[in-house]
Amino acid sequence: MAAVQETVDRVRQIDVDQYRYGFETLIESEKAPKGLSEDIVRFISAKKNEPDWMLQWRLEAYRRWLTMVEPTWARVDYPKIDFQDLYYYAAPKPKKTVGSLDEIDPEILKTYEKLGIPLREVAILEGVEPRPGEPDTPSRKIAVDAVFDSVSVATTFQAELKKAGVIFMPISEAIKHHPELVQKYLGSVVPTSDNFYATLNSAVFSDGSFVYVPPGVRCPMELSTYFRINERNTGQFERTLIIADKGSYVSYLEGCTAPQRDENQLHAAVVELVAMDDAEIKYSTVQNWYPGNSEGKGGIYNFVTKRGDCRGANSKISWTQVETGSAITWKYPSCILRGDNSRGEFYSIAISNGYQQVDSGTKMIHLGKNTSSRIISKGIAAGKSQNTYRGLVTAHRKATGARNFTACDSLLIGDQCGAHTVPYIEAKNASALFEHEATTSKISEDVLFYCIQRGLSQEEAVGLVVNGFVKDVLQQLPMEFAVEAQKLISISLEGSVG
Amino acid sequence: MAALLEVKDLQVSVADREILHGLTLTVNEGEVHAIMGPNGSGKSTLSHVIAGKPGYEVTGGQILFKGEDLLEMEPNERAAKGVFLAFQYPVEIPGVATMNFLRTALNAQRKARGEDELSTPDFLKRVREVSGSLGIPQEMLKRGVNVGFSGGEKKRNEVLQMALFQPSLCILDEMDSGLDIDALRIASEGVNALRAPNRSMVVITHYQRLLDYIVPDVVHVMSKGKVVRSGGKELALELEANGYAQYQEAAA
Repeated sequence: MAAVQETVDRVRQIDVDQYRYGFETLIESEKAPKGLSEDIVRFISAKKNEPDWMLQWRLEAYRRWLTMVEPTWARVDYPKIDFQDLYYYAAPKPKKTVGSLDEIDPEILKTYEKLGIPLREVAILEGVEPRPGEPDTPSRKIAVDAVFDSVSVATTFQAELKKAGVIFMPISEAIKHHPELVQKYLGSVVPTSDNFYATLNSAVFSDGSFVYVPPGVRCPMELSTYFRINERNTGQFERTLIIADKGSYVSYLEGCTAPQRDENQLHAAVVELVAMDDAEIKYSTVQNWYPGNSEGKGGIYNFVTKRGDCRGANSKISWTQVETGSAITWKYPSCILRGDNSRGEFYSIAISNGYQQVDSGTKMIHLGKNTSSRIISKGIAAGKSQNTYRGLVTAHRKATGARNFTACDSLLIGDQCGAHTVPYIEAKNASALFEHEATTSKISEDVLFYCIQRGLSQEEAVGLVVNGFVKDVLQQLPMEFAVEAQKLISISLEGSVG
Repeated sequence: MAALLEVKDLQVSVADREILHGLTLTVNEGEVHAIMGPNGSGKSTLSHVIAGKPGYEVTGGQILFKGEDLLEMEPNERAAKGVFLAFQYPVEIPGVATMNFLRTALNAQRKARGEDELSTPDFLKRVREVSGSLGIPQEMLKRGVNVGFSGGEKKRNEVLQMALFQPSLCILDEMDSGLDIDALRIASEGVNALRAPNRSMVVITHYQRLLDYIVPDVVHVMSKGKVVRSGGKELALELEANGYAQYQEAAA
C-alpha cells in the first residue's frame, strides 16, 4: 500500500481514543434552569452578586441579541443550534466557601492534575532554558487561573503578582473589586452589539480572567488560564479582559479541553485586549476542545470573538494560536491598529482532521500612521475536514505608511479534505504596502519515503514533516507551550503514536 | 565470501505492467557492483524494490538480505538492518534542520536495533568528524534538509548520511546525475572512504564516467528488466565504446 495511502487510512481511523482529555469529573453542580430568558440573565447576575450596572449591561446585550440572527457566511455547516435547549450556568457545588486552594473540591483539583495543570503554587522547573537576551532566571513561574464550567476555581500566585502591582483575578471578582477598570474597558474593544455570539456572551458570560498591568510594569511571570467544560449540555461563555497600561508588558496563555460527549456543546467566548502607549501584549492559545468522534458525532462548537486594540502609540499585540480541537471553529483574533506606529501580529497553526471544520483567520485594521502587521497562517487538513483561512487587511484613509505581510500556507493530507484561503485586502490609502503570499501543498509520498528509508516510522515521518511545516509559528510560542503544542500536533494527526 | 544480498528470479510490476522479468543478482560482502543499462531497463525499479518504496508489486521471486527475507520487512526495518539508498533526487524537507533530521533518523535506527540513543555530545562529535571529512560546513547542517542545496551539496548530504549510519548495503542510484566533475570527485571520494570488507555497494549508473572514480569489482548490464551480462570492470569500458544496442536486441 502506498505510504500516503496508509497515512490517510490511519488518519481516517482516528477516533475518540486519541483524545486524551475526554474524561468527566463527577461532582455535584448547581445549574440554572435550561434555556435563555431575561430571568436567566438576572439569575446569573444574582449568582455572581453583581452590581446593578453589570446587570443592566447584560440585559441590554440580551435584548439586542434577541434582534440578531446567526451569521452564516463562514464555510462551516452544522445543524441549527437550539439556544433554548442549553444550560447557561453551571457551577461546581461548593462544599463550603472557598478561601484557599485546600478548600477546593478535591475532585476538581484531581481533574487539573490529570490535565497537567499546576494549581499548587509550584514553579515549573523542568527543561526550561533561559532565552537569549533574558536574565538567567533559576525558575520560570506561571500563574494559573482555572475556569471550571462557569466559574473560576482557583487563581495562583496572586500575592506575588500583587506585589508587582499586576491584577490577575477572575473577572467576576474584578467586577466587585475593580469596578472602575471593568466599567472603563469592558466592551470597549468588542462592543455588546458586535456580533451574534459576542452579544450572547455579553448577556450570559459567567467567568473568565481579568488582567491589569500598571504603567511601566513588566509582568514578572506568564499568566495563564485553563478552561475546562465539564457539565453536559452546558454552554461555556467566558470573558477575558486584559489591559496593558503605558509601557507595560504581559504574556498570557490559554488552554482548553472538554470531556468527550455524543452531543455538541457550545463555547462562545469573548477576549478583549487593550494596549496603551508603548505597551505589549502577547496572547497564546492552545485550543484542544473535544473535536468529535471519527463519524463526526459530538464535539465543541467554538464560536469565539477575540480582538485586541492597540490603543496607544508604539503599542504591540501578538496573537499566537494552535487550534487542534473543536468540531467547528469560528475564530478571528484581530488587531485594531489605532495608535501610530503600532504593530499587530497573528501566528496560527490550525489543524483539522476527521469531520472537523475550521474557519479561522484574523483582521488587521490599520487606522494609525506607520502601523504594521504580520500574518503567518499554517493550515493542515486531514481526514474529511475543511480548513479555511479567512482574513481581512485594511488600511483606512489616514493610515499613511501602513504595512502588512501575509503568508498563508496549507498542507493537505489525503484527498478527502479541503483547504481554502479567503483573503480580503482593502487599501484606502495610496501609501499602504500590503504583501500576500499563499501556498497549498500535499504531503508528498517521496518526502515520506525518504524519511522512512532513513529509519523513521510512518508516524514519525508525518510528525517530522508537519512540525517542519509549522515551525515558524511554533517558535512564537512560549517554550513550555511549544513543547506541548508539538506533541499535540503529532497526536492530532497520527492516530497511533504513543 | 558470504552473500549479503541475493536477488532471485525477481518479477516486479507497476500498475499491472511488468518491469522486472526474473532478475537474479548476488552481491557478496565487501563487493562493489555496478549496474549499467539504458533508460527504462529497470535499474531504478530494482533499487526502489530493495529499499521498499511503495507502488511496486512483487509478483515473483525473492530478495534475501543477510539470509533474511527482505520483502517481509517494512522499509524502516530494512534501513535499521543496514539497507541504505542514496537517492537520485534527494527531497527537500522545509523547516526540518538537517542536524535534527540526522539525529532523529540515527536514533530511530538504533532504537529499532535495540541500542541506546546516542547522547547529544557523542552525536555532535560524530557528525563533526564525518562532515569535516566531506567538506560540509556546519552552517549547512542548520538549514532545512536539502533546502536550497546545490546538486553537489545534496549528493554530499547523502554520502554524509551513509557515513553516519554505517549501513552494510549502500545502493547509489545515479549518483552522478546533475553533478559537475569536481562535485562528482568529492562525492566519490566520500563513497570510496566507506568501502570496507563488511560493506557492499550497488552503484547504478548510465555512464562509465562514475566508475572511473568508484571502481567496481563486478559490472552487470541490465536490459528490459533482466541482467543480460556480467563481468569485470573492463565490461564498463566495452559498453562505453559499443553502446547498449546489442544488449537491447539480445534481451528482446
